[in-house]
Amino acid sequence: MTLPEMKYPLSRDQLLQLYYYMKLTRELDEQLVRLFRQNKVVGGLYSSIGQEASAVGTAYALEPKDWIAPMIRNVGGLLVKGYRPRDILMQYMARSGSPTGGKDGTSHFGDLKERHVVSPISMLGDLVPVMTGVAMGGRYLGQKVVTMTWIGDGGTSTGAFHEGMNLAASQRAPFVCVVENNQWAYSTPVARQVRLRDLADRARAYGVPGYAVDGNDVVAVYQTTKTAVEQARRGEGPVLVESKTMRMRGHAQHDPAAYVPPAMFEYWKARDPIARYEAWLTEHAVWNKKVKAELDSRIERELKEETAVAEASPLPQPEVAEQGVYCDGCHVIQAQWERPVDEVQPPQASVEAVWTVADFGGSNGQPQAPARAAAAAAGEPPSSASRKFGTDHGKPGGSATLARSKARAKPVPAARRRAPSGRPKGRR
Amino acid sequence: MAEVTMVEAIRAALDEEMQRDPTVVLIGEDIGVYGGAFKATEGLLAKYGWERVIDTPISETGILGAAVGMSYQGLRPVAEMQFIDFIACGFNQMVNFVAKSHYRWGGPVPIVVRGPCGGGVHGGPFHSQNPEMWFVHTPGLKVVYPSTPYDAKGLLKSAIRDNNPVLSLEHKFLYRRVKEELPAEDFTVPLGKLAVRRPGRDLTIATYGATTLASLDAAGELAKEGIEVEVLDLRTLAPLDRQGILESVRKTSKLLVVHEDVRTGGLAGEIAATVNEQAFEDLDGPVLRVTAIDTPVPFSPPLEERFLPQVAGIVRAARELARY
Repeated sequence: MTLPEMKYPLSRDQLLQLYYYMKLTRELDEQLVRLFRQNKVVGGLYSSIGQEASAVGTAYALEPKDWIAPMIRNVGGLLVKGYRPRDILMQYMARSGSPTGGKDGTSHFGDLKERHVVSPISMLGDLVPVMTGVAMGGRYLGQKVVTMTWIGDGGTSTGAFHEGMNLAASQRAPFVCVVENNQWAYSTPVARQVRLRDLADRARAYGVPGYAVDGNDVVAVYQTTKTAVEQARRGEGPVLVESKTMRMRGHAQHDPAAYVPPAMFEYWKARDPIARYEAWLTEHAVWNKKVKAELDSRIERELKEETAVAEASPLPQPEVAEQGVYCDGCHVIQAQWERPVDEVQPPQASVEAVWTVADFGGSNGQPQAPARAAAAAAGEPPSSASRKFGTDHGKPGGSATLARSKARAKPVPAARRRAPSGRPKGRR
Repeated sequence: MAEVTMVEAIRAALDEEMQRDPTVVLIGEDIGVYGGAFKATEGLLAKYGWERVIDTPISETGILGAAVGMSYQGLRPVAEMQFIDFIACGFNQMVNFVAKSHYRWGGPVPIVVRGPCGGGVHGGPFHSQNPEMWFVHTPGLKVVYPSTPYDAKGLLKSAIRDNNPVLSLEHKFLYRRVKEELPAEDFTVPLGKLAVRRPGRDLTIATYGATTLASLDAAGELAKEGIEVEVLDLRTLAPLDRQGILESVRKTSKLLVVHEDVRTGGLAGEIAATVNEQAFEDLDGPVLRVTAIDTPVPFSPPLEERFLPQVAGIVRAARELARY
């Protein structure tokens, strides 16, 4: 085995694992198509074919404690996180044994306690602020976790994506957003949605790093995502990764994708992520035909078993429909503290409720505080103490404090400034 | 002991819950340095620091989404909408993410979303609304709407401790207009239980929020005419205390529902249907409604007065009902 130099080296076992997850994703996809044709899939079927490297390579860059929220074509990410094919099969077949017990389908499931997976919703973009919040919560608890979600090229046009990225940036949240540019938002090509060549450039709008990577090269996807994840984990804030790939099927099973130029399919077929990786593994002598055959037959055997388990699961009992609207003590809600709770409780009365605006008006009055307190005074999260608001854009010449004491000296009664007797101040 | 206003009671609830439980964090626009547009969070940043009192960009979707995400980490975030009207900007988070999370996949969302609602302060169409029915209609959410400082504090504490998402609507007209002495010790008000504000035998008024005060005023006037009105303050709109309403109706045989929300699709319709289905034989007259009119909330004082339910209108409707 002679490998090219990698920033984040991968062992032989890891390289084979990447293959295993990608191939399993592909075979699971094909299996679902067979079940769909047997009328065993309830509702739509959404294919990941062509995007396996993108889903697997990104999720593989995370540690087990990290969090993901999958989108519809991130089955590979769910497998990396420890879900089994039966879970996905039963979701699509609406069986009682599925992770949601038949309440929802597709990749719409999660697990807060063990696997750290947040269920998506169908409305694109909303996961971006949600995973920002998971990241903020993890940081508050001292966990040093990174959160990740994926969004398609189409989803980056939503307001929720923009609001979430901006919030993540302003909070320096340890969050990685993978933009899976699969060239098509249902039937609309990227060029009809966005006036950008590289969706990674969207990152500039939020003042965060943006990387573009060949999404059909699993090693490159892993390396780039790992770079982003480690940056986020170090407290440098969110990172956006554009993974350039191709949706090789229609939006869902019903859609023949006749709007895709045949030459485009041909171009991407020649860059199939699994065929490419197979060649790469052979070229670098990571495996031989025997190893490949063993892995492939293991996948075939597992899928057969998993399908049998899934098909044996009955449809849910009708009364289940009435259950679970509210959590009535069925879940224990407990935060996993990994920092001393006494850092936040009892409350620390040392915080100045004053904005410190870096580089504003000279250095007089700037408190000489330890890094953490200074960062806190600037409204910064603790893990990014070395960075200050506005240092890139402000005038040189130190910092000053916009004292709130003046406002305090002449307090205007809130009741007069605002409702009820006064007219509430409109914001927009 | 000194009397406190509703907004002071809310601030005290937040303070005491943050003191009690380090997983309680606040998130919203201008809630930190500024202390909130209505000063509901004043002083809490200085006491609890930037990690627990989080000022955000103008982004309701961001605030609500981040609150959900933090709750998945086992925290109990309280998100402020500067005016509750702006919850519309985060509507998808509320109705599709928050409300359905536990039902769909067992992801509990122990968050509270609170904010000032209601009219009477000439806030115009975008600073005066009562959006409760958008959320009462969405399974998975709890909705509370207090009318007293005691309930504002007790319901907010219950909401924070509840494992479900709770929308707390705080009527801005009441923020500084109602005062009462509160117990020094910790107390909560249970979700899903109405309060009988005034007992009576002739007629029931079911109401909530600011119209509770108007209904009590009306009941005072009606008492002079010998009509004894029972006033129910619903306090929690979802889940609704249907049993409490039915018990009162079975006693008085007459029901008037009063709310500040608009008429069509308002809670009164749901209450009337429930009583119709479950207490029809106890009724001596039709279930009547006094509500706002079916328009946006107009700005100019005479227009807003025409829009809002008034004491005189409640008295008129109650007299009419009492004649049956």
